Amino acid sequence: MSSEIILKVENIGKQYRLGLVGTGTISHDLNRWWNRIRGKEDPYLKVGEANDRSSKGDSDYVWAIKDINFEVKRGEVLGIIGKNGAGKSTLLKILSRVTGPTTGQIKTKGRIASLLEVGTGFHPEMTGRENIYLNGAILGMTKAEINSKIDEIIDFSGCLRYVDTPVKRYSSGMKVRLAFAVAAHLEPDILVVDEVLAVGDAEFQKKAIGKMQDISHSDGRTVLFVSHNMAAVKSLCTRAIVLEHGTSVFEGGVDEAISYYLNLDNTNGSETLRYFKEEDFKEYSFFIQSVGIKGVSKNYEEPLTREDHLILEMSITKHTTEVLVVVFRFKDGDGNIIFVTNSNDAQMNLENEGKQLLSMHLPNFFFNEGNFSVDAMITNGKKQLFFEPDCIQYTMLQEAKKLGDWMGKTKGALKPKFEWLLEYES
Amino acid sequence: MKTAEEHWLYVISSKKKLLDLNFKEIWNYRDLLFLFVKRDIITLYKQTVLGPLWYLIQPLFTSLIFTLIFNNLADIPTGEGVPNFLFNLAGITSWNYFKDCLVGTSDTFKKNENIFGKVYFPRVIMPMSVVVSNLLKFGIQLLVFIGFYIYYLYFTGNTFNVMPQLSLLLLPLLIGLMALLGLGFGMIISSMTTKYRDLTFLVQFGVQLLMYGSAVMYPMSYFKDKLPNYYWLIEWSPIAIIIESFRAMVFGVGELDINKLIYTIITSFIIFLIGLIIFNKTEKSFIDTI
Repeated sequence: MSSEIILKVENIGKQYRLGLVGTGTISHDLNRWWNRIRGKEDPYLKVGEANDRSSKGDSDYVWAIKDINFEVKRGEVLGIIGKNGAGKSTLLKILSRVTGPTTGQIKTKGRIASLLEVGTGFHPEMTGRENIYLNGAILGMTKAEINSKIDEIIDFSGCLRYVDTPVKRYSSGMKVRLAFAVAAHLEPDILVVDEVLAVGDAEFQKKAIGKMQDISHSDGRTVLFVSHNMAAVKSLCTRAIVLEHGTSVFEGGVDEAISYYLNLDNTNGSETLRYFKEEDFKEYSFFIQSVGIKGVSKNYEEPLTREDHLILEMSITKHTTEVLVVVFRFKDGDGNIIFVTNSNDAQMNLENEGKQLLSMHLPNFFFNEGNFSVDAMITNGKKQLFFEPDCIQYTMLQEAKKLGDWMGKTKGALKPKFEWLLEYES
Repeated sequence: MKTAEEHWLYVISSKKKLLDLNFKEIWNYRDLLFLFVKRDIITLYKQTVLGPLWYLIQPLFTSLIFTLIFNNLADIPTGEGVPNFLFNLAGITSWNYFKDCLVGTSDTFKKNENIFGKVYFPRVIMPMSVVVSNLLKFGIQLLVFIGFYIYYLYFTGNTFNVMPQLSLLLLPLLIGLMALLGLGFGMIISSMTTKYRDLTFLVQFGVQLLMYGSAVMYPMSYFKDKLPNYYWLIEWSPIAIIIESFRAMVFGVGELDINKLIYTIITSFIIFLIGLIIFNKTEKSFIDTI
């Protein structure tokens, strides 16, 4: 039973026309129609290219998503990850039948509902109770279903006192609570969750994730989870697909998918391992082959999470016996210096000639999640000899969390784990 | 393929069938239809002093003005013994239902862009709910008309020789036809406006013009006498035929031509069907064009 395929996505593609829709559409429509009655293919379907918004294309038509194929089994929690504009929302829109695909088809054995529709169709003049009915019906519940759950919904929302007051008198927080309460009591076979977890306060996130846990674990419901929050994806999903430029570039286990996704990022700026060219060091008495940061017992391709002990390595060849001091300057994503550390303090200066590997260990649970960069500097104790700003860049990920934990980001560049002690005094 | 995989609940496909109406699905969403109707009714006159009285004020005052202008000033006859006011009220009550259905459904996609863009339900529920909630409004206005009718019939000493006809039994058919026509045109217009916004402007004054061409404030026979060369303009207008038939049923004056009625039935169904097809075609992708 558990291996039964509940959702099958076949060759789904969606084409959009760029520019001002409405200019020249009649001529295009006529052209389309003329081709169709002659039994020819739609002339505008052939053009169009993969969706890369940064490069200027030749055609006004783009494929927001193209040739997406995947299958979801009953009870599975599938993560869909991708950068902004990778086509996640378009895919979700097609899945929830808001818009139709241009090519391909989706077959499903169950009702699909999505949690991104929080509060759709609320009418400000109607009371909370009336809105629960209306909103529930819009989301696909019958009146009988709502009747049987109305007390539970009101209870979950925590708006009992206001439930017979028009919704326009509600605070925005109460509206969200009420809306989420309705959505959470939907019982679809397939639940699509967009990045609802990104909004709301800690309590709301906790509630949302807790509810999702119930849905996916105890009820064995199928969930499609779309998020930028890798920690949440990691703790909820078993499998994930990665979208890039509208195509599915990876499908597989969640850990592999996440590291694939992060490496997509790496190609655009952040690099954990940096090689230098020998000719750049002609004027120096040394040559830095490489600088890199990675998790201990991991390789450079794998993402860094807060659980990892980190190791920063510099491979260097010295031509003289001049004493060199290596300085690393750690900066956060905004370029603020967090701390500076050097080899002199550790009495680990480079004295001897020849090729050597200098490494520095950093504890786990030290950096907060986020982007970091390291400036590398080499001095002879008096004078700066070499300076490479943003020599390496890396991203720290949240540790895997338990469901129900807060998935948000706390402030600050560092988030060390200290030893806390509690003693009772009698 | 294994046989177990053949039982899909539904398939989202790029291929479009000409008429792809899932009646079972619409039936499943019937609660939504009634909740929309309920929403329309309870929210329409919230925070107004007169509330549902507005349902009555509009037709009564319009009839009054029409009587003053068209009958007293312009001397348009309303047929033997039919009070002018009652004549106009009959025309306006029936015209209003058609108009409300048409105008109410003609901006379905634009008005509900927000909901439609986020969640799926059979889109046709929306215009259907407009037609049903207008039916309620029409019912109230019809009661007012009946009230005045009885007043004129029994409490005025006029030589007033109109009587309801046996053909009044066909009234539900007329109402159904008005709903069908209004819904059909409304769906066509709402579908077209997603791409061509010009139609919104056309609806606004087009409806106004159509009223003058729909025998609302004059009997068709009078038009024929005065402007025989232009009579063809309204002779085969389904809505004019419906209004004329309605008056013929309640007053016994005017034309109730069974052939024209059959013609109207056929036309209404064709327009409704065209509306349904276009609406169906639009609902799949309108969110990309609106």
